[in-house]
Amino acid sequence: MRTSHHIPDEMLLAYAAGSAPEAWSLIVATHLSLCSDCRAVVGNTEQIGGELLDSLTPETLSEDAFDLLMREIDSQAGKQELPKAPSTQIPSVLPEPLRSYVGGDLHALKWRRLGKGAFHIPIATKDQSAQARLLKVPAGNPVPMHGHNGEELTLVLTGSFTTHQGKFQRGDIEAADDSVEHMPVAGPEEDCICLAVTDAPLKFKSLGARLVQPFIGI
Amino acid sequence: MNLKREIKLSPAAPSYLALVVNNMHAHAGQGGLEQSMAKSGEDAFSADDLVLCLQAVGARQDRAAFRVLFDHFAPRIKAYIIKLGCSHQQAEELAQETMTKVWNKAGQFDAAKAAPSTWMFRIARNLRIDAFRRENHPEFDQNDPSLIPAEERPADQVVEQKQSERQLLAAMAELPEEQMHLLRLSFFQDMSHGAIADHLNIPLGTVKSRLRLAMVKLRKKIDDNDQMQADGLSR
Ligand SMILES: [Zn+2]
Repeated sequence: MRTSHHIPDEMLLAYAAGSAPEAWSLIVATHLSLCSDCRAVVGNTEQIGGELLDSLTPETLSEDAFDLLMREIDSQAGKQELPKAPSTQIPSVLPEPLRSYVGGDLHALKWRRLGKGAFHIPIATKDQSAQARLLKVPAGNPVPMHGHNGEELTLVLTGSFTTHQGKFQRGDIEAADDSVEHMPVAGPEEDCICLAVTDAPLKFKSLGARLVQPFIGI
Repeated sequence: MNLKREIKLSPAAPSYLALVVNNMHAHAGQGGLEQSMAKSGEDAFSADDLVLCLQAVGARQDRAAFRVLFDHFAPRIKAYIIKLGCSHQQAEELAQETMTKVWNKAGQFDAAKAAPSTWMFRIARNLRIDAFRRENHPEFDQNDPSLIPAEERPADQVVEQKQSERQLLAAMAELPEEQMHLLRLSFFQDMSHGAIADHLNIPLGTVKSRLRLAMVKLRKKIDDNDQMQADGLSR
Protein backbone atom coordinates (compact mmCIF):
# COMPACT_ATOMS: atom_id res chain seq x y z
CA MET A 1 0.00 0.00 0.00
CA ARG A 2 1.17 3.48 -0.76
CA THR A 3 1.76 5.82 2.15
CA SER A 4 -0.54 8.81 2.10
CA HIS A 5 0.73 10.92 5.03
CA HIS A 6 4.27 12.16 4.49
CA ILE A 7 7.05 14.05 6.26
CA PRO A 8 6.54 17.83 5.78
CA ASP A 9 8.73 19.15 2.96
CA GLU A 10 10.69 21.55 5.15
CA MET A 11 11.67 18.65 7.42
CA LEU A 12 12.84 16.62 4.39
CA LEU A 13 14.89 19.66 3.42
CA ALA A 14 16.43 19.96 6.90
CA TYR A 15 17.28 16.24 6.79
CA ALA A 16 18.92 16.47 3.37
CA ALA A 17 20.80 19.65 4.29
CA GLY A 18 22.06 18.05 7.49
CA SER A 19 20.58 20.68 9.81
CA ALA A 20 17.92 18.42 11.35
CA PRO A 21 18.99 17.12 14.78
CA GLU A 22 19.50 13.38 15.12
CA ALA A 23 16.13 12.41 16.65
CA TRP A 24 14.25 14.10 13.77
CA SER A 25 16.62 12.59 11.24
CA LEU A 26 15.92 9.15 12.72
CA ILE A 27 12.17 9.38 12.10
CA VAL A 28 12.72 10.90 8.64
CA ALA A 29 15.14 8.12 7.63
CA THR A 30 12.81 5.42 9.01
CA HIS A 31 9.92 6.85 6.99
CA LEU A 32 12.21 6.92 3.93
CA SER A 33 12.59 3.12 4.26
CA LEU A 34 8.82 2.84 3.87
CA CYS A 35 8.14 5.63 1.35
CA SER A 36 9.73 5.87 -2.09
CA ASP A 37 8.03 9.25 -2.73
CA CYS A 38 9.89 10.94 0.12
CA ARG A 39 13.08 9.07 -0.87
CA ALA A 40 12.84 10.73 -4.28
CA VAL A 41 12.33 14.17 -2.73
CA VAL A 42 15.33 13.73 -0.44
CA GLY A 43 17.38 12.53 -3.43
CA ASN A 44 16.45 15.68 -5.35
CA THR A 45 17.18 17.86 -2.36
CA GLU A 46 20.61 16.30 -1.86
CA GLN A 47 21.18 17.02 -5.52
CA ILE A 48 20.46 20.68 -4.76
CA GLY A 49 23.10 20.37 -2.02
CA GLY A 50 25.52 19.01 -4.61
CA GLU A 51 24.76 21.84 -7.03
CA LEU A 52 25.19 24.45 -4.29
CA LEU A 53 28.47 22.82 -3.23
CA ASP A 54 29.65 22.90 -6.83
CA SER A 55 28.74 26.57 -7.18
CA LEU A 56 30.81 27.71 -4.16
CA THR A 57 33.89 29.83 -4.76
CA PRO A 58 36.78 27.39 -4.13
CA GLU A 59 39.02 28.03 -1.09
CA THR A 60 42.71 27.40 -1.72
CA LEU A 61 44.24 24.53 0.25
CA SER A 62 47.80 24.52 1.54
CA GLU A 63 50.34 23.63 -1.11
CA ASP A 64 51.22 20.23 0.28
CA ALA A 65 47.60 19.24 0.99
CA PHE A 66 47.42 16.58 -1.73
CA ASP A 67 50.77 15.02 -0.85
CA LEU A 68 49.84 14.93 2.83
CA LEU A 69 46.57 13.27 1.93
CA MET A 70 48.21 10.61 -0.24
CA ARG A 71 50.73 9.86 2.54
CA GLU A 72 47.82 9.46 4.93
CA ILE A 73 46.00 7.21 2.47
CA ASP A 74 49.10 5.09 1.84
CA SER A 75 49.62 4.61 5.58
CA GLN A 76 46.09 3.22 5.98
CA ALA A 77 46.29 1.05 2.85
CA GLY A 78 43.65 -1.63 2.48
CA LYS A 79 40.87 0.28 4.24
CA GLN A 80 38.49 0.08 1.29
CA GLU A 81 34.95 0.36 2.54
CA LEU A 82 32.54 -2.26 1.26
CA PRO A 83 28.78 -1.81 1.44
CA LYS A 84 27.50 -3.16 4.74
CA ALA A 85 25.47 -6.36 4.56
CA PRO A 86 21.97 -5.87 5.99
CA SER A 87 21.64 -7.11 9.57
CA THR A 88 18.79 -9.43 8.57
CA GLN A 89 17.67 -11.25 5.43
CA ILE A 90 13.97 -11.38 6.32
CA PRO A 91 11.75 -8.31 6.33
CA SER A 92 11.34 -7.07 9.89
CA VAL A 93 8.64 -4.90 11.47
CA LEU A 94 11.20 -2.24 12.37
CA PRO A 95 13.03 -1.00 9.27
CA GLU A 96 16.51 0.53 9.32
CA PRO A 97 17.82 2.78 10.72
CA LEU A 98 15.34 2.36 13.60
CA ARG A 99 16.17 -1.34 14.03
CA SER A 100 19.82 -0.56 14.72
CA TYR A 101 18.90 2.22 17.14
CA VAL A 102 16.77 -0.08 19.34
CA GLY A 103 19.06 -3.09 18.95
CA GLY A 104 16.80 -5.47 17.03
CA ASP A 105 13.29 -6.18 15.84
CA LEU A 106 10.11 -6.23 17.97
CA HIS A 107 11.01 -9.38 19.91
CA ALA A 108 14.16 -7.69 21.24
CA LEU A 109 12.26 -4.80 22.82
CA LYS A 110 11.82 -4.23 26.56
CA TRP A 111 8.69 -2.14 26.96
CA ARG A 112 8.13 0.18 29.91
CA ARG A 113 4.67 0.73 31.33
CA LEU A 114 3.16 4.13 30.58
CA GLY A 115 -0.29 3.78 32.19
CA LYS A 116 -3.69 3.02 30.61
CA GLY A 117 -2.23 -0.12 29.07
CA ALA A 118 0.22 1.87 26.96
CA PHE A 119 3.98 1.22 26.85
CA HIS A 120 7.00 3.10 25.64
CA ILE A 121 10.74 2.81 25.04
CA PRO A 122 12.86 5.96 24.98
CA ILE A 123 15.47 5.80 22.20
CA ALA A 124 18.92 7.17 22.92
CA THR A 125 20.42 9.58 20.40
CA LYS A 126 23.18 12.15 20.85
CA ASP A 127 20.55 14.81 20.26
CA GLN A 128 19.63 16.87 23.36
CA SER A 129 16.99 18.97 21.61
CA ALA A 130 14.40 16.30 20.88
CA GLN A 131 13.36 12.91 22.22
CA ALA A 132 12.60 9.83 20.13
CA ARG A 133 10.58 6.96 21.57
CA LEU A 134 8.61 3.91 20.58
CA LEU A 135 4.98 3.95 21.78
CA LYS A 136 2.64 0.99 22.02
CA VAL A 137 -1.07 1.63 22.46
CA PRO A 138 -3.35 -1.43 22.85
CA ALA A 139 -5.78 -2.09 19.98
CA GLY A 140 -8.88 0.06 20.32
CA ASN A 141 -7.47 2.30 23.08
CA PRO A 142 -7.18 6.09 22.94
CA VAL A 143 -3.95 7.97 23.55
CA PRO A 144 -4.75 10.57 26.26
CA MET A 145 -5.88 13.95 24.86
CA HIS A 146 -2.94 16.32 24.63
CA GLY A 147 -1.70 19.49 22.99
CA HIS A 148 1.93 20.29 22.22
CA ASN A 149 4.51 22.80 23.35
CA GLY A 150 6.50 22.19 20.22
CA GLU A 151 6.48 19.85 17.27
CA GLU A 152 5.72 16.17 17.16
CA LEU A 153 6.10 13.62 14.38
CA THR A 154 4.61 10.15 14.71
CA LEU A 155 5.33 7.24 12.37
CA VAL A 156 3.04 4.21 12.45
CA LEU A 157 4.83 0.85 12.41
CA THR A 158 2.05 -1.64 13.31
CA GLY A 159 -1.72 -1.33 13.52
CA SER A 160 -3.24 2.07 12.93
CA PHE A 161 -4.68 5.10 14.68
CA THR A 162 -7.32 7.59 13.74
CA THR A 163 -7.58 11.32 14.48
CA HIS A 164 -9.87 14.01 13.08
CA GLN A 165 -7.37 14.15 10.18
CA GLY A 166 -8.04 10.58 9.15
CA LYS A 167 -6.56 7.14 9.49
CA PHE A 168 -2.82 6.56 9.87
CA GLN A 169 -1.31 3.18 8.99
CA ARG A 170 2.14 1.62 8.64
CA GLY A 171 4.47 4.11 7.00
CA ASP A 172 2.19 7.10 7.62
CA ILE A 173 3.44 10.20 9.40
CA GLU A 174 1.29 12.39 11.61
CA ALA A 175 2.71 15.89 12.08
CA ALA A 176 1.44 17.98 15.00
CA ASP A 177 2.52 21.32 16.47
CA ASP A 178 1.30 23.70 19.14
CA SER A 179 -1.81 24.50 17.13
CA VAL A 180 -2.94 20.87 17.23
CA GLU A 181 -4.89 19.19 20.00
CA HIS A 182 -5.59 15.64 19.02
CA MET A 183 -6.89 12.43 20.51
CA PRO A 184 -5.59 9.55 18.45
CA VAL A 185 -7.42 6.23 18.91
CA ALA A 186 -5.68 2.97 18.04
CA GLY A 187 -7.46 0.81 15.48
CA PRO A 188 -9.12 -2.43 16.64
CA GLU A 189 -7.07 -4.80 14.45
CA GLU A 190 -3.87 -4.96 16.53
CA ASP A 191 -1.73 -2.99 18.99
CA CYS A 192 -0.49 0.22 17.46
CA ILE A 193 3.28 0.68 17.65
CA CYS A 194 4.66 4.07 16.62
CA LEU A 195 7.93 5.90 16.53
CA ALA A 196 7.34 9.38 17.95
CA VAL A 197 9.67 12.37 18.15
CA THR A 198 8.93 15.48 20.19
CA ASP A 199 11.01 18.58 20.73
CA ALA A 200 9.24 19.53 23.95
CA PRO A 201 7.27 17.79 26.70
CA LEU A 202 3.66 17.02 25.74
CA LYS A 203 0.96 19.06 27.50
CA PHE A 204 -1.52 16.57 28.90
CA LYS A 205 -4.96 17.94 29.62
CA SER A 206 -6.06 15.77 32.49
CA LEU A 207 -4.61 16.35 35.92
CA GLY A 208 -3.88 12.65 36.34
CA ALA A 209 -1.80 12.55 33.18
CA ARG A 210 -0.03 15.79 34.21
CA LEU A 211 0.86 14.33 37.58
CA VAL A 212 2.48 11.20 36.20
CA GLN A 213 4.27 13.11 33.45
CA PRO A 214 7.44 13.93 35.43
CA PHE A 215 7.85 10.29 36.37
CA ILE A 216 7.44 8.70 32.97
CA GLY A 217 9.69 11.18 31.21
CA ILE A 218 7.29 12.28 28.48
CA MET B 1 53.17 9.39 -5.80
CA ASN B 2 52.75 7.11 -8.74
CA LEU B 3 51.70 9.39 -11.53
CA LYS B 4 52.90 7.03 -14.22
CA ARG B 5 49.82 4.90 -13.82
CA GLU B 6 47.72 5.58 -16.88
CA ILE B 7 44.22 6.89 -16.45
CA LYS B 8 42.06 4.82 -18.78
CA LEU B 9 39.62 7.09 -20.49
CA SER B 10 36.69 5.71 -22.38
CA PRO B 11 36.60 6.66 -26.06
CA ALA B 12 33.72 8.98 -25.20
CA ALA B 13 35.81 10.93 -22.71
CA PRO B 14 36.06 14.59 -23.64
CA SER B 15 39.40 15.38 -25.20
CA TYR B 16 40.29 18.13 -22.73
CA LEU B 17 40.23 15.68 -19.86
CA ALA B 18 42.79 13.59 -21.71
CA LEU B 19 44.74 16.80 -22.21
CA VAL B 20 44.71 17.71 -18.56
CA VAL B 21 45.73 14.23 -17.52
CA ASN B 22 48.52 14.22 -20.08
CA ASN B 23 49.58 17.62 -18.85
CA MET B 24 49.73 16.28 -15.35
CA HIS B 25 52.01 13.50 -16.50
CA ALA B 26 54.18 15.91 -18.44
CA HIS B 27 54.58 18.32 -15.56
CA ALA B 28 54.75 15.89 -12.69
CA GLY B 29 58.12 15.89 -11.04
CA GLN B 30 58.84 19.43 -12.15
CA GLY B 31 56.49 20.93 -9.62
CA GLY B 32 54.39 22.18 -12.50
CA LEU B 33 51.32 20.20 -11.57
CA GLU B 34 49.40 22.93 -9.81
CA GLN B 35 50.30 25.37 -12.54
CA SER B 36 49.06 23.19 -15.33
CA MET B 37 45.86 22.56 -13.40
CA ALA B 38 45.39 26.26 -12.82
CA LYS B 39 45.93 27.00 -16.48
CA SER B 40 43.56 24.36 -17.69
CA GLY B 41 41.00 25.82 -15.29
CA GLU B 42 39.51 23.33 -12.88
CA ASP B 43 36.01 24.52 -13.69
CA ALA B 44 36.42 23.07 -17.15
CA PHE B 45 35.50 19.64 -15.82
CA SER B 46 32.04 18.47 -16.64
CA ALA B 47 30.04 16.10 -14.48
CA ASP B 48 30.88 13.41 -17.06
CA ASP B 49 34.61 13.86 -16.48
CA LEU B 50 34.16 13.64 -12.74
CA VAL B 51 32.09 10.46 -13.13
CA LEU B 52 34.94 8.89 -15.13
CA CYS B 53 37.43 9.94 -12.50
CA LEU B 54 35.37 8.53 -9.62
CA GLN B 55 34.98 5.27 -11.53
CA ALA B 56 38.72 5.13 -12.20
CA VAL B 57 39.46 5.59 -8.50
CA GLY B 58 36.84 3.00 -7.57
CA ALA B 59 37.98 0.42 -10.11
CA ARG B 60 41.77 0.69 -9.74
CA GLN B 61 42.68 3.39 -7.22
CA ASP B 62 43.80 5.62 -10.06
CA ARG B 63 45.84 8.44 -8.51
CA ALA B 64 45.79 10.79 -11.47
CA ALA B 65 42.00 10.59 -11.55
CA PHE B 66 41.92 11.12 -7.79
CA ARG B 67 44.04 14.23 -8.25
CA VAL B 68 41.46 15.64 -10.64
CA LEU B 69 38.70 14.97 -8.09
CA PHE B 70 40.80 16.49 -5.34
CA ASP B 71 41.51 19.66 -7.29
CA HIS B 72 37.87 20.10 -8.13
CA PHE B 73 36.18 19.14 -4.87
CA ALA B 74 38.57 19.68 -1.95
CA PRO B 75 38.58 23.51 -2.35
CA ARG B 76 34.78 23.51 -2.60
CA ILE B 77 34.35 21.26 0.42
CA LYS B 78 36.70 23.56 2.31
CA ALA B 79 34.53 26.52 1.27
CA TYR B 80 31.40 24.62 2.39
CA ILE B 81 32.85 23.97 5.86
CA ILE B 82 34.05 27.59 6.23
CA LYS B 83 30.54 28.77 5.37
CA LEU B 84 29.27 26.61 8.21
CA GLY B 85 31.37 28.73 10.55
CA CYS B 86 34.63 26.83 10.96
CA SER B 87 38.23 28.03 10.88
CA HIS B 88 40.31 27.56 7.73
CA GLN B 89 42.35 24.91 9.49
CA GLN B 90 39.32 22.89 10.61
CA ALA B 91 37.81 23.26 7.17
CA GLU B 92 40.95 21.99 5.49
CA GLU B 93 41.13 19.01 7.86
CA LEU B 94 37.53 18.12 7.09
CA ALA B 95 38.09 18.51 3.35
CA GLN B 96 41.01 16.09 3.68
CA GLU B 97 38.92 13.68 5.71
CA THR B 98 36.18 13.85 3.10
CA MET B 99 38.64 13.08 0.30
CA THR B 100 40.01 10.11 2.28
CA LYS B 101 36.46 8.77 2.49
CA VAL B 102 36.04 9.40 -1.24
CA TRP B 103 39.16 7.31 -1.91
CA ASN B 104 37.89 4.49 0.32
CA LYS B 105 34.30 4.52 -0.92
CA ALA B 106 34.75 5.31 -4.62
CA GLY B 107 33.96 1.67 -5.46
CA GLN B 108 30.43 2.23 -4.15
CA PHE B 109 29.72 5.22 -6.38
CA ASP B 110 26.90 4.49 -8.81
CA ALA B 111 26.60 7.00 -11.65
CA ALA B 112 23.04 5.85 -12.36
CA LYS B 113 21.94 6.94 -8.90
CA ALA B 114 23.77 10.17 -8.13
CA ALA B 115 25.84 12.93 -9.66
CA PRO B 116 29.41 13.16 -8.34
CA SER B 117 28.62 16.48 -6.63
CA THR B 118 25.58 14.94 -4.87
CA TRP B 119 27.68 12.00 -3.72
CA MET B 120 30.45 14.30 -2.46
CA PHE B 121 27.94 16.53 -0.72
CA ARG B 122 26.52 13.57 1.24
CA ILE B 123 29.95 12.47 2.42
CA ALA B 124 30.98 15.99 3.44
CA ARG B 125 27.63 16.62 5.15
CA ASN B 126 27.78 13.44 7.23
CA LEU B 127 31.37 14.08 8.26
CA ARG B 128 30.68 17.63 9.35
CA ILE B 129 27.63 16.54 11.40
CA ASP B 130 29.86 13.97 13.09
CA ALA B 131 32.72 16.42 13.58
CA PHE B 132 30.83 19.43 14.85
CA ARG B 133 27.64 18.13 16.43
CA ARG B 134 28.98 14.70 17.45
CA GLU B 135 25.78 13.28 16.02
CA ASN B 136 25.02 10.61 13.47
CA HIS B 137 23.05 11.20 10.32
CA PRO B 138 20.71 8.18 10.37
CA GLU B 139 20.09 6.79 6.89
CA PHE B 140 17.90 4.12 5.34
CA ASP B 141 19.62 1.02 4.05
CA GLN B 142 19.05 0.33 0.36
CA ASN B 143 19.57 -3.41 1.02
CA ASP B 144 17.27 -3.65 4.03
CA PRO B 145 14.65 -6.35 3.26
CA SER B 146 12.08 -4.13 5.00
CA LEU B 147 12.63 -1.28 2.53
CA ILE B 148 9.61 -0.70 0.32
CA PRO B 149 10.88 -0.32 -3.26
CA ALA B 150 9.64 2.36 -5.64
CA GLU B 151 6.92 1.37 -8.05
CA GLU B 152 8.40 0.49 -11.42
CA ARG B 153 7.86 3.25 -13.95
CA PRO B 154 7.13 2.48 -17.58
CA ALA B 155 10.43 2.37 -19.47
CA ASP B 156 9.60 5.49 -21.49
CA GLN B 157 9.13 7.50 -18.31
CA VAL B 158 12.38 6.60 -16.65
CA VAL B 159 14.40 9.77 -16.31
CA GLU B 160 18.10 9.37 -16.61
CA GLN B 161 20.31 10.74 -13.88
CA LYS B 162 21.90 13.28 -16.21
CA GLN B 163 18.55 14.51 -17.40
CA SER B 164 17.22 14.87 -13.87
CA GLU B 165 20.26 17.01 -13.08
CA ARG B 166 19.47 19.33 -15.97
CA GLN B 167 15.85 19.58 -14.86
CA LEU B 168 16.85 20.42 -11.33
CA LEU B 169 19.26 23.13 -12.45
CA ALA B 170 16.56 24.65 -14.64
CA ALA B 171 14.09 24.55 -11.76
CA MET B 172 16.57 26.14 -9.36
CA ALA B 173 17.30 28.91 -11.84
CA GLU B 174 13.63 29.87 -11.80
CA LEU B 175 13.24 30.11 -8.03
CA PRO B 176 12.75 33.65 -6.67
CA GLU B 177 15.83 34.97 -4.86
CA GLU B 178 14.16 34.99 -1.41
CA GLN B 179 13.48 31.25 -1.72
CA MET B 180 16.97 30.54 -3.07
CA HIS B 181 18.39 32.51 -0.14
CA LEU B 182 16.49 30.36 2.35
CA LEU B 183 17.68 27.21 0.60
CA ARG B 184 21.28 28.41 0.85
CA LEU B 185 20.81 29.25 4.53
CA SER B 186 19.41 25.76 5.14
CA PHE B 187 22.39 24.11 3.49
CA PHE B 188 25.19 26.37 4.66
CA GLN B 189 24.29 27.73 8.09
CA ASP B 190 23.38 24.57 10.01
CA MET B 191 20.48 26.60 11.37
CA SER B 192 17.15 25.25 12.46
CA HIS B 193 14.24 26.93 10.73
CA GLY B 194 13.57 28.77 13.99
CA ALA B 195 17.12 30.12 14.00
CA ILE B 196 16.79 31.19 10.36
CA ALA B 197 13.59 33.04 11.28
CA ASP B 198 15.40 34.87 14.11
CA HIS B 199 18.36 35.60 11.85
CA LEU B 200 16.16 37.13 9.13
CA ASN B 201 13.74 38.61 11.65
CA ILE B 202 10.70 37.03 9.98
CA PRO B 203 8.12 34.70 11.54
CA LEU B 204 8.91 30.96 11.66
CA GLY B 205 5.70 30.27 9.75
CA THR B 206 6.95 32.46 6.89
CA VAL B 207 10.27 30.61 6.74
CA LYS B 208 8.49 27.27 6.60
CA SER B 209 5.94 28.35 4.02
CA ARG B 210 8.63 29.87 1.75
CA LEU B 211 10.73 26.72 1.98
CA ARG B 212 7.67 24.58 1.30
CA LEU B 213 6.88 26.77 -1.69
CA ALA B 214 10.42 26.34 -3.00
CA MET B 215 10.23 22.57 -2.59
CA VAL B 216 6.81 22.40 -4.24
CA LYS B 217 8.12 24.42 -7.19
CA LEU B 218 11.19 22.23 -7.58
CA ARG B 219 9.00 19.15 -7.40
CA LYS B 220 6.43 20.47 -9.85
CA LYS B 221 9.03 21.64 -12.33
CA ILE B 222 10.69 18.24 -12.30
CA ASP B 223 7.36 16.42 -12.66
CA ASP B 224 6.34 18.71 -15.55
CA ASN B 225 9.60 18.01 -17.29
CA ASP B 226 9.14 14.28 -16.75
CA GLN B 227 5.70 14.59 -18.24
CA MET B 228 6.93 16.61 -21.22
CA GLN B 229 9.63 14.06 -21.75
CA ALA B 230 7.14 11.20 -21.58
CA ASP B 231 4.76 13.00 -23.94
CA GLY B 232 7.56 13.85 -26.32
CA LEU B 233 8.63 10.23 -26.53
CA SER B 234 5.17 8.86 -27.12
CA ARG B 235 4.34 11.31 -29.85
ZN1 LIG C 1 6.61 9.93 2.43
